[in-house]
Amino acid sequence: MADEGAGKRRKKQDGKSAAQPVREEPSLPPHLELQRTHVIAGADVNSNTMAADAANMFMALGIDNSWSWEKFLKGFQLHINKLDGETLEFDIIGIDASIANSLRRILISEVPTMAIEHVFFVNNTSIIADEMLAHRLGLIPIKVDPDLFEWKTGEDVASERNTIVLRLKVVARREGTEIINDRVKSGQLEWLPNGSELPDETSCRFVTSQKKMVPHKIEATVSDILLAKMRPGQCIDLEAHCIKGQGREHAKWSPVATAWYRLNPEVILLQEVGGAAAEELAEELPGLIVVRDGKAHVTNPREHEKLLEKVRRLSSEHQWAPFLQLRKRKDHFIFTVESTGILAPESTPGLRLLLSPVATTISCQAPESAKQHRPTMQKWVPSAKPAALK
Amino acid sequence: MASSRRPAGTGQAPDQRMEQPSLGVDYLCGDCGATVKLRPGDIIRCRDCGYRILYKKRTDRVVQFEAR
Repeated sequence: MADEGAGKRRKKQDGKSAAQPVREEPSLPPHLELQRTHVIAGADVNSNTMAADAANMFMALGIDNSWSWEKFLKGFQLHINKLDGETLEFDIIGIDASIANSLRRILISEVPTMAIEHVFFVNNTSIIADEMLAHRLGLIPIKVDPDLFEWKTGEDVASERNTIVLRLKVVARREGTEIINDRVKSGQLEWLPNGSELPDETSCRFVTSQKKMVPHKIEATVSDILLAKMRPGQCIDLEAHCIKGQGREHAKWSPVATAWYRLNPEVILLQEVGGAAAEELAEELPGLIVVRDGKAHVTNPREHEKLLEKVRRLSSEHQWAPFLQLRKRKDHFIFTVESTGILAPESTPGLRLLLSPVATTISCQAPESAKQHRPTMQKWVPSAKPAALK
Repeated sequence: MASSRRPAGTGQAPDQRMEQPSLGVDYLCGDCGATVKLRPGDIIRCRDCGYRILYKKRTDRVVQFEAR
């Protein structure tokens, strides 16, 4: 059980190379293979955290550790685990941590969207201060394709090509016992396709209507974000101008609520655990460890994320140290992307941007069933070498 | 920038101050919230409730903020 993962991988490689007329590649001894592929989680420190990426790392053993396209293709896998309107979870196997991290960083800070940047207050008698309200407005995700608009930089004049004008005009009043408009919500932002109604003050003039450029109505992705509360007689009257930007300048332009990854955890029983010890372990780690035929078995560690730190602690205790180990695959990333709703998570250009040398796009490779918003486990392995690398 | 013309579609009834300055300035009562129009020499006092603290109204100019 101890080296199941590593053993399987090697067997696979051996099987493939046997079919070819070339001589068999020498493989690493199991303990080194484990160090190469896994992080071992200890009580207070993780060991073998470095990526084994130096070409001459195992030269003394006669093993070539250099990177090659063929080796990469053999190991690379992409599984889409979950895909719905706002979340994408996928496993990406066989890449370096730096690549996984650049994907994460691109998603958070490089993918452009449209967000409110300038707010022109005509009146605001509500209790919330102008600058606070402006800040809150900026963070509202605006549902529109940023590719339809140009960047507005430095001296550029606001026009229909680089600016979206939204108006918020709300007056609270009493009607019987009810107060109308006591809660100002993001759905009350109204798109002005013909541009600013205060062109002198905002120096924003549209030549034509944006209705021809934009195929749908521009509004907030979610209509019930609370912006302000008002009492009868109070009013808010403002114009909000959206421009294109990137998350690295301000988080309001980030297309993802967040995007993160974790390494695939593996819980290993180093020796067989049976009898009373098995029962005890199953009680300590309910669900993760089950007793079958008087022996302890590990179920899927990914489904018991909250128990993993307990495994780490137990594995350092005198009683369990010889039996229990927590490891993480160094090149297996469980990636989660939470979209703000502006861009569908699978269409997020960051994925295309980064994965384009590997695949054409994730969206075109996503299984049909996943596109219908049903969680599935499908496997996609690249078959052809992209043109850029040929 | 300093255009005194009220743009179309703004929230409240237009302020008369700019057009007819002789009619006085609107203030808000600090107690009852009523609008009090004061001319030079008037007693600073709410006509409805007699409260003696009055507040100036917000500027009718457009104020710009960065949404950050």
